[in-house]
Amino acid sequence: MLKFTEEHEWLRLDGEEVTVGITEHAAEQLGDLVFVELPEEGATVIKGDEVVTIESVKAASDIAAPLDGVITEINPAIVANPALVNDDPMEDGWFFKMTLADVSDLDSLMDEEAYREYIA
Amino acid sequence: MPGDTTTSPEAPTSDALARTPLHGLHVALGARMVPFAGYEMPVQYPAGILKEHLATREAAGLFDVSHMGQFSLRPKSGAMADLARAFEALVPVDALGLREGRQRYGFLTNAAGGIEDDLMFANRGDHFLVVVNAARRAADAALMEAGLGGACEVEPLDRGLVALQGPAAEAALAALAPEVAAMRFTDVRAVTLAGTEAVVSRSGYTGEDGFEISVPAGATVALAEALLARPGVAPVGLGARDSLRLEAGLCLYGHDIDAETTPVEAALEWAIQPARRRGGARPGGFPGAERILAEIEGGAARRRVGLRPEGRAPMREGVEITEGGAVVGAITSGGFGPSLNAPVAMGYVPTRLAAPGTRLGAILRGKDLPVTVSSLPFVRPGHRRG
Repeated sequence: MLKFTEEHEWLRLDGEEVTVGITEHAAEQLGDLVFVELPEEGATVIKGDEVVTIESVKAASDIAAPLDGVITEINPAIVANPALVNDDPMEDGWFFKMTLADVSDLDSLMDEEAYREYIA
Repeated sequence: MPGDTTTSPEAPTSDALARTPLHGLHVALGARMVPFAGYEMPVQYPAGILKEHLATREAAGLFDVSHMGQFSLRPKSGAMADLARAFEALVPVDALGLREGRQRYGFLTNAAGGIEDDLMFANRGDHFLVVVNAARRAADAALMEAGLGGACEVEPLDRGLVALQGPAAEAALAALAPEVAAMRFTDVRAVTLAGTEAVVSRSGYTGEDGFEISVPAGATVALAEALLARPGVAPVGLGARDSLRLEAGLCLYGHDIDAETTPVEAALEWAIQPARRRGGARPGGFPGAERILAEIEGGAARRRVGLRPEGRAPMREGVEITEGGAVVGAITSGGFGPSLNAPVAMGYVPTRLAAPGTRLGAILRGKDLPVTVSSLPFVRPGHRRG
């Protein structure tokens, strides 16, 4: 199941975990990323918490936790090579994995079709 | 009234962004257009800022800088020395010593010794061609009219301006006009390019060898298309223009220099030739001379320096610089330097802390992180001086 937030994050549910990244649209708007700072594994986060800092050539942005939960894994590859987020935002350029406090919270997010309309 | 002093039909108004002659070409090339100094300008093309930056350092980049203000200053007496002497009352630069066919960097100063704008001016034989920052065009026009109007005709020029920068620039431009290959850094000459008269200077704002080319507004598209057709020439937007000039240690007006910064604070005293200093042939005689000349001899309290953050995180304008936890200055320009593959910045620190190698801090997102004062430029210039 693939879901999207209005802040241009995608969430992919796989068993108990969701993988979180930013959309191709967001990556394109941000431009070339040059710096990524990820949260600590094990951190408990509340929806809206600024958990990731990214910097493109032009500007700094914060990425918020899309839902309540616990960070279980981060993607060190994008810290070493931030350009990976631009090259492959939906796969290798993922940011972190988390378990959700309530999986049904996903229902509040957009599906792919709704997101496409949202950015149209 | 801003805008009243220019006759350019492209002049910005309060409710609409102006367009340069290359607007249609930018859109056709897929540029992302943004507001800049009252103009709708390309911040990047589809290649993106990183690739455009590197393409300029490795081959050549073509930049639309038609938003910048171009002026002709013409002596009413016909004598260039009269124009140069009048101009020297506005800038602390040796204008009288600037030979025909040569260009110089300078700045308009105010009574407090601050910088009203920085500019390039060229001796064109019977007039000076002056290029100023877009956002300062109206203010500069008023300053020049007030200061020079008695002795000179101050005429805003409705011309396009493009910059061709990078190691492949000479070959690309020489394919259209072979004589440019003989020009040295800051030479200026009139040539025929793509069938139109052009004024070419061998200079720029990237730290690379290259040219700036002024042409009649209506000829700008044909020139840009002819240059983009040459091997190794890529269109480059304002985003990479900014990272290129930052790596080259060049000041951006309104950020690294402004009406509150003096030339010595800004480490620009190299642009004040001996003739205008104490003991020179024509010392002083420009706004703020007392302070500026005293600072040349005794130093200023603060100094613009290069800064290298130790981590990967860019440090941008406004980030505070610390020494032992206490704030001692601020970053005025900063970001990621693609050619260095590392963050770079410029800012002001107390002069006692300005020596390259000095270790300081900078507060980024609440953390005091290490930065090292670095000599400028960050990259080796590619200028053709020989």
